[in-house]
Parts: sequence; C-alpha cells; structure tokens
Amino acid sequence: MLSLNEVWFVLVAVLFIGFFFLEGFDFGVGMSTQLLAKSDTERRVLINSIGPFWDANEVWLLTAGGAMFAAFPNWYATLFSGFYIPLVFLLLALIGRGVAFEFRGKVENTRWKKVWDGAIFTGSVLPPFLLGVVFACLIQGLPINEAMEMHAGFFDIVNAYTVVGGLTMTLLCLLHGLMFTTLRTTSDLQERARSMARKLLLPVAGLFAAFGVMTYFMTDVFERRGGLIAVLLGLALLAFLLGGYFMSLKRDGWAFGMTGAVIALTVTSVFAGLFPRVMISSISQSFDLTIYNAASGPYSLKVMTIVAVTLLPFVLGYQIWSYFVFHKRVHEKEHLEY
Amino acid sequence: MDPVMLARIQFASTTIFHFIFVPISIGLAFLIAVMETMYVVKGQDVYKRMAKFWGKLFLINFAVGVVTGILQEFQFGMNWSDYSRFVGDVFGAPLAIEALLAFFLESTFIGLWIFGWDRLSKKVHLLSIWLVSFGTLMSAFWILAANSFMQRPVGFEINNGRAEMNDFFALITNGQLLVEFPHTIFGALATGAFLVAGVSAYKLMKKQDVDFFKKSFNLAIVVGLLTSILVAVFGHQQAQYLVQTQPMKMAAAEGLWETSEDPAPWTVFASIDPEKQENSAEFKIPYLLSFLSYSKFSGEVTGMKELQSQYEQEYGPGDYIPPVRTTFWSFRIMVAAGTAMILLGLYGAWLMLRKKVEQAGKWFLSMMLFGISLPIIANSSGWIMTEIGRQPWTVFGLITTENSISPNVSAGSILFSLIVFTAIYAVLAAVMAYLFVKVIKKGPYAEEADHRHASDPFNKEGYNAVS
Repeated sequence: MLSLNEVWFVLVAVLFIGFFFLEGFDFGVGMSTQLLAKSDTERRVLINSIGPFWDANEVWLLTAGGAMFAAFPNWYATLFSGFYIPLVFLLLALIGRGVAFEFRGKVENTRWKKVWDGAIFTGSVLPPFLLGVVFACLIQGLPINEAMEMHAGFFDIVNAYTVVGGLTMTLLCLLHGLMFTTLRTTSDLQERARSMARKLLLPVAGLFAAFGVMTYFMTDVFERRGGLIAVLLGLALLAFLLGGYFMSLKRDGWAFGMTGAVIALTVTSVFAGLFPRVMISSISQSFDLTIYNAASGPYSLKVMTIVAVTLLPFVLGYQIWSYFVFHKRVHEKEHLEY
Repeated sequence: MDPVMLARIQFASTTIFHFIFVPISIGLAFLIAVMETMYVVKGQDVYKRMAKFWGKLFLINFAVGVVTGILQEFQFGMNWSDYSRFVGDVFGAPLAIEALLAFFLESTFIGLWIFGWDRLSKKVHLLSIWLVSFGTLMSAFWILAANSFMQRPVGFEINNGRAEMNDFFALITNGQLLVEFPHTIFGALATGAFLVAGVSAYKLMKKQDVDFFKKSFNLAIVVGLLTSILVAVFGHQQAQYLVQTQPMKMAAAEGLWETSEDPAPWTVFASIDPEKQENSAEFKIPYLLSFLSYSKFSGEVTGMKELQSQYEQEYGPGDYIPPVRTTFWSFRIMVAAGTAMILLGLYGAWLMLRKKVEQAGKWFLSMMLFGISLPIIANSSGWIMTEIGRQPWTVFGLITTENSISPNVSAGSILFSLIVFTAIYAVLAAVMAYLFVKVIKKGPYAEEADHRHASDPFNKEGYNAVS
C-alpha cells in the first residue's frame, strides 16, 4: 500500500502531467498563431480551436500549486520563494495571454490585434520554457540550506542543462499543438500544420537526446532509479517514433496521442527521478526536501485524500464531456468567438 | 526599503485590484443565469439578448478576474513563505479544494457557455451558466474559509512548531465564516446588480433600447435592493461577532482608546491622534455602539489601551494596536457606501413598482450611474478594515505579519515584481474600462448591424441589407 505521502506525491505529479499534456497543446497552438497562421482569419481559427479548453487546462497548473500548498507546504514555500523572478515572468506571461484571448477580437483594428497577438505568442512560449527550466533545476539540485530555504544565483537557475530542458519542453509543446491543429482544422491550415510538425521531428529528437545525455552525466537520477527511467525514456522514444510514423500516415488522432505520450512520459521520468525527494539540495543531501519532511500532517493528508477522491471523477467527467461537445472541426465560415 | 512593507504593499494592491473584478463576476454570473432562466421559461428573445449582452461584459471582467487570481495563489509562496510553512497544513487545504471544486467547474462550463449556444440544448446551456454561478460561489466559500482561519483560527493544534489541522469540520463551520461568507456574497451580488442597474440607467437616460434596459434595470434593482439590505444585516452580525473574537479590531474601527461608558455611543467622525492615543473633534450618537455590538441599548465596549495590556500579558511585549485611522475610516466609508446603496435601491424599486422607471428624473439616473462605484468602494474598504484591523497578526494570535515573509527574497526582487505587476494591472484596468465603454455604447443589438456590414454588398441579400 502507498502511504498518504506517496499518494500525494503521485497526485501532484499527475496534475503536472495533466497540465503539460493539456495546456501543452494549447501553448503549442498559441505559438502556431505566429509560426503557422498566414492571415488574421487563420489566427482566429487557431485561437477558436482552443477557445473552449485553454482556461480549464490552465486550472491544472493552479490545482497542482494548490495541492502542493496543502499536501507539501514546505515544497510550495521553498519552490515559490526560491524561483521568485522566473515566476514573476511566468505570471506576466499567463496574465497577458489570458486576457489577450478575450480582448483581441473585441476591437476591429489591426494594431490592437497585433498587440494582443504578441501577448498570445509570448504567453505561449514563455511558460513551457520557464517551467522546463524549473523542472530541469529540480532534478539538477539547488542550493537549499538547513532551514529549507533556497538561495539560488542566476547560474543555478540558468545554465546549459536547464536551458536545454526549457527548449525541449517548448518544442515538444509546439509539436503537440501542431498535432492538435491537424485535428481541429481543415484544408490548407491542417496540411501546413502536418508538414511543419514533420519538419520539427528532427530538431525535437536532437534536443531530447541532448537533454537525456546531459541528465545522465549531470544529475544523480540514473544512479538512483536508472532502470525505471530507462524504461520510461525508452517508451517516450517509442512514442516519438510512432508519432512520426502516424504523421506520415496522416493518422492525426494517433499522432496527437503519441506527442502527448512523449510529454507525459518525460514529466513522469522527472518525478520518478526525484522520488522520494521533492527538491534536491546541492549543499548537502541531508537538506533535501522529501515527501516526508515537506509534507502536511497525517490528518490533513487524510482529509485532502477523501476530498480529492470524491471530486476527481466529476472533474474528469465534465472535462472529457466538454471535449466531446466541441469535437467538430473549426471552420472559418462559422461564427468565430475570439 | 523594508521587505515586509514592500510585500504588504504588494499584497494589498494586488488583492484590492483582484477584488474589484471578483464580486462583479459573482454578481453578473448570477444575474445572467436568472436572465437566461427567464428566456428558457418564457421563450422571449429579449431575455436571450440580455444574457448575451451582459454576458459580454461578464466575460471581459471574468478574464481579468481569473488572471489576477493566479497571482494570488502564487503570492503566498513567493512573498510569504514562512507563513506558508507555518499554516500550509491548514490554510492550503481550502485553497486546493477551491481549485478542485470551483476553478475547474467555472472554467469548463464558461467554455461550454460561450461556445455552446448552437451546440447544446437550451436546458443544458442554461445549466452551464448556473454551474458557473455555483462555481463562483463555491470559490468564494473556500477562499473565505481560508481567510476566516486568519481572523479566527480554529480546528488546529501546534505540532513541531507549526499549525496542523485536527478538525476539518471546525474549519468550515468557523463562526467567522458563517458571518463573513453571507456578508461578502450579498455584497458581491449587489455589486453585479448595481453595475447592471447603473448601465441600464445610463442607457435609459440616453433613451436607447428602452424596453431592453428597463427590463434589465427592473431585475437588477430588485436584486440590488434585497442584497444591499442583507449585506447590512450580516454586517451587523459580523460586527457583533467581532466584538467577541477580535475586540481590538472593533475598538480600532471605533477609534475607542478607553473602554466606553455603558451604554456606549457611536462615533460618527473623529480626528484621531495615534501618537497621543486620543481623539479630538468627536461627534457621537448615544446608545448606537452598544446596539451595534450587542443588539441592545446597553453594554460597554472595551477600548484599545485595556486590550493592549491584556494582549501583552497573553502574547508578550509588543504593539498590538493596528493602524487606527485606516481601520476607523475604512469602516465608515463602507457603512456610508452601503447606506447609499440601500437608499438608491429603495427609490429605484419604488419607481419600478409604480412603472415609472423611464420617466425617472435625470438626477436619479445619473445617481444610479455613479452608484456603480458604491459597492466597489464598500467592498474594498470592507476588506481594508478586515485585514488592516487584524494587524500586527497574519493569523490572529498565532503568527505576525513580520514573521510571515520569505526570508530568502530580497527587497529588490519584491520591488521589481511590485513595479511590473502594478504596470500590467494599470494597463489591464485601462483596457477593460475602454472595452466596457465600447460594448455599452454599441448596445445589445449591435451584432446584427456588424453582420450586415460584414456581408458582401454585391451579394443580393447583403445588398438589400445595406441599402
């Protein structure tokens, strides 16, 4: 049996995996508005394709944050205060992006739209990059002292390894978003999304391999849980290859599933490498934050478990239903909300 | 600069800004749900139009409310990490439940509502907006459960140097929550109602779409009046509760240095000198403070000096008197704005009953337009009183604000974030105001006009429509 501390570690991990899988594609679509779309109408089609979903996708991140706060207050406190400046930029990006979706279509003016299109693009590139950097930092280790406080300098957060991590996550999201576009659009736009995705395969594979090799040499996760991580990354590689194969067959649904699987398996291996630690101290192993010393008391964990187990089926149920309601492709001829 | 002060300024500014939009969202979601219900029941197109028109304002407002809310969740960890470590066990739970129970519901069903007009059946579409409304109320409940813990900590014990939850049920039946939740919720519903009533009054003044805005006004003024009265009722209950649980806050809100006589008079205004700990130029109404505190015309109220010495004995040496002027005046501003709302509501409802809204005097309609700001002023000053009045504590009796901040975050970092967030919030406020005015000017029947312009003039139908 899993202890409640383990259960909550898994739940937080699942929330982050869900977040990267779901918001991953809407970040990718957000990037495509500049990289793929050729006209304002195409941009609108792209934005409307994620219109009903992006807000709920973002809630996965908020819930992950809330779950960390409730189940592992020390993890939440150390992480959020330690990554202060990156989080400021993350928040700015998410704020700008969120209002841009609602604001851009409200005024018919080219300059107005350009400003909010800029916000959508920046707000879609920065979060996966910054979060990729943060997660790379987590497995690389950070200067955390005996009081669980993190005093990180610039190069603790920004270095070759973390930047590669950030870029990998960003490109994975773009690829995933392009596959989502092939599912929700038609004709020319769909074709171009597919061909752009195919062109991206090689760079993503390169970055991904570089990140894997660097992880082997620069972190301790392979030493600790090499077998499991090798399996997870092996599966990710398989999913990646299958994704490419399905793309060439134009089996878009399967290809989308595979890019999602690559993201999910990558995030899973990060959490697997951490466990049972939640933050690694580069000063001393004894200062590591773990699922035990960072956690809430057993009573709190029990209450939260009951609440989560009761609510999650409903949450998943209506979210899946909403994807079902909006399963039709978006046409430029229909009413576009944004 | 002092990091504690900077973090406090940041918390105050971002929270006040966030709380301009939250009550509007709560209030509008409810009103729109009522409008759409009338559409589904009566089948009249005008109610659908109402839901759609006010829905536009709602969505613009909702977007700003949501994005400024993300910062609120992050802020506890970023600026107040020692607080988060100390009470996260108790305080984190309602926040996590808020996300699970409310945020997911709101965000999913708002998507279904916006994009589902043609894809869902009438009833399911109606259910969507009601679920959004329910979500906003749930969200308020859980965040206020967390806040109530800060006002009156219950359901915990101190273990290993931090607060650990030991009674979840106590947390959600906190006496503070039972008065704070209805007071805040009715305030929020009134905020939405006064927005709709004010905008409608403006359009009636301009004689635009009279039938549409008369219907909107009538609905809003009824909701506005009822909720304003309920706000006052629960406000009175909350004041009584305060006397028992946070007497220092109440004494500061009254500018009461010495323990009062029995029966206690209510100070309408006073010039307060916190240095000398005395007031001058006071104007008092006899008996009223006793009534406010105990619902009867007798009973003394303990003053700040006596409470200060009590607290020193209990918590050790220190200054336990909150900023008195701010607490005193924010309370009075809140009460004055609330009273004005009730008066406007009464007159508006009287006009409605006599079916004379469209003949209402220009002075009244302009007052209603100005009235949009009243609940917003009342909401903000109410929170300022609640939060400032609790100082120097973050959680009353448990942890002080000074001990709550992140020890590893520099003043420079906080200042940087303060500047960038203030800047982006200023932009958001300006853009929002601009879009509100634009949507209101266009009016509820603008969409067809847009359509006509957009269609090709060489196409036969389009040609007819344009000519």
